[in-house]
Amino acid sequence: MYQYDKYDQAMVDARVAEYRDQVRRRLEGKLTEDQFKPLRLQNGLYLQLHAYMLRVAVPYGTLNARQMHKLADIADKYDRGYGHFTTRQNIQYNWIKLEETPDLLAELASVEMHAIQTSGNCIRNISSDHYAGAAADELVDPRPYAELLRQWSSFHPEFLHLPRKFKIAVIASETDRAAMRLHDIGIRIVRNDAGEVGAAFYVGGGMGRTPMIAPCIREFVPLDQLVTYSEACLRVYNRHGRRDNKYKARIKILVHELGAEEYARQVEEEFAHLLTQGIEPPLAELERIGAYFADPPFETGASDTLDLSDPDFALWVERNCHAHKQPGYISATISLKPVGGIPGDASAEQMHLMAQIAELYSFDEMRVTHAQNIVLPHIRKADLYAVWQQLDEAGLGTANLDGIGDIIACPGLDYCSLANARSIPVAQKISERFAANGKGDTLGELKLKISGCINACGHHHAGHIGILGVDRKGTENYQLLLGGSEAADTSLGKITGPGFDEDGIVNAVETAADVYLRERQEGERFLDTYRRIGMEPFKEALYG
Amino acid sequence: MADLATPGPDAVQFRFRDDEPVDHAAVTVDAFLDQSNASAVRIEPGDDARAILPHIEQLRLVEVNFPGFMDGRGYSSARILREAGYTGELRAVGDVLIDQLAIMRRCGFDSFQPDRALDEGDAQRAFTTWPEVYQAAADDRAPIWAKRHG
Ligand code: SF4
Repeated sequence: MYQYDKYDQAMVDARVAEYRDQVRRRLEGKLTEDQFKPLRLQNGLYLQLHAYMLRVAVPYGTLNARQMHKLADIADKYDRGYGHFTTRQNIQYNWIKLEETPDLLAELASVEMHAIQTSGNCIRNISSDHYAGAAADELVDPRPYAELLRQWSSFHPEFLHLPRKFKIAVIASETDRAAMRLHDIGIRIVRNDAGEVGAAFYVGGGMGRTPMIAPCIREFVPLDQLVTYSEACLRVYNRHGRRDNKYKARIKILVHELGAEEYARQVEEEFAHLLTQGIEPPLAELERIGAYFADPPFETGASDTLDLSDPDFALWVERNCHAHKQPGYISATISLKPVGGIPGDASAEQMHLMAQIAELYSFDEMRVTHAQNIVLPHIRKADLYAVWQQLDEAGLGTANLDGIGDIIACPGLDYCSLANARSIPVAQKISERFAANGKGDTLGELKLKISGCINACGHHHAGHIGILGVDRKGTENYQLLLGGSEAADTSLGKITGPGFDEDGIVNAVETAADVYLRERQEGERFLDTYRRIGMEPFKEALYG
Repeated sequence: MADLATPGPDAVQFRFRDDEPVDHAAVTVDAFLDQSNASAVRIEPGDDARAILPHIEQLRLVEVNFPGFMDGRGYSSARILREAGYTGELRAVGDVLIDQLAIMRRCGFDSFQPDRALDEGDAQRAFTTWPEVYQAAADDRAPIWAKRHG
């Protein structure tokens, strides 16, 4: 994985010093809270309901053992012994003290980590495919491109005061595991008819209150123009994105109001101009970065078979493992969704254990997934049983990837000051219900996503089943959505009808699952059945 | 380092140029495009900086107003002017704060007229925040990628 050189290190160190000075000026009263807020946000610090929350960047979700050990130490030292992995492949701590944040950031910098631009109206941490560098179906490893753009977007002087936040995802396979088209910019690395590698740009996607799927605005940007083209996309947005209304300020609204064609035309004009400005790093820089992402020294001729005689292990392999490009290897996902647990939470001990296992068995690498789990990307099949046993003993062996227990939930009203309703308890109840009645095991792939308000941090629009917390005359109420998807067949879920109270929504999810179990045909997932039979049978069962 | 003028409203607090400042007030973009013989113009966030490009030869001062520091359109305006070859004074005016000084310099601003005078020590520190820079912008600093492959 990528390693800092003296320049990268100098930049994060300078950032810590700058932030330490900002905190000093805030505490001395030289900065008002209004002036300080965007500064702390661009260092990942939010004020939540009960305390500050710090969001640490995990660029494109990739971590090594030293970094994970540090994250665990931070959980112990500055928080309550837990960390919370997020849908942006980052990690958050929920109980942070402002005065301690400069020291915390200095500790992060000592392991080449930071919280730069994890919040605020700027280009955020860039996300990617969590199987990058391992997946059998990828064209190339997308992470060098993500790293190139990470450096370009860090402290970009023109783009730190955008109309609104800006999220970029980079993938390089047909299968979209990063919800690429639900980003402000989604980039797919592709090969054109001439056999050259380049990037397709999708601009103007997003969730939130006005969910939109990004249109393709350019099918092929050559690799030696990636930064310049991105800069053109951002400049048009910075100049013309709406600033009169926070809820209309994302780039998706600009692209929608102008029309994709007109937006693309303006970008082309800016792009042609910027090509004359010499702002593109040479291809040698991409090569330099790419070298860090070379394959680890895989053993050739490693045994490609697995002993599946232990049925619990076999189930975990079936559900939580993914094909690797290298024979004899496999990618395994550690579910952070134990039955009744808080989705995405890991204790310091669990983080230490995952780090140890990664160092021993996965070439010192882990990935945070946008579904709030952890991937061990490169496990020798011969080691897999031993790995699973260690995980299982620590409560990390839950076999529920992509099933109804693998719930994505935002922090909701337990932490978030914007929330209308709690998300976590609903997730816990649903996970317990489907474990107790045994239906969870028969449902197959069913992606359930919960947001505590219309801001959609829990991606409820993109869930096969989505739940949205709303405020109904002062009480928590939950709307049910069906039919969303964030995969290559991206679609947005539709609301079934009137909402439910907390117990009612748990029942409603079970009712929807029952309709599927009754109606499904051979090989159909929940989403497929829904797409075939439509909303009516579900409505009938829910409200009829 | 910057010359120091008397701080306060209507005063340039930091200036990184040696030439004589323009001694008359800047006109609005609309007025400038109408009469067109002024040598100082003020760009508001909603103005199109490219509208004045045909006349930059005659300009000696462009003020870019930041009515609120969170509105970042002025950064693009500044770079657009520098990219078009404008070499006159480029002044950030309005809600100009310590923590925006470094990036304003990077976008080509070379004088600063904050609504409220800034703390001198804090400002001098702010101008030297970044030991290196990741991007090519409107200043003459070599980006990190250029140094890596120099
Ligand atoms: S969706 Fe709403 S409640 Fe949930 S984290 Fe986002 S803002 Fe908070």
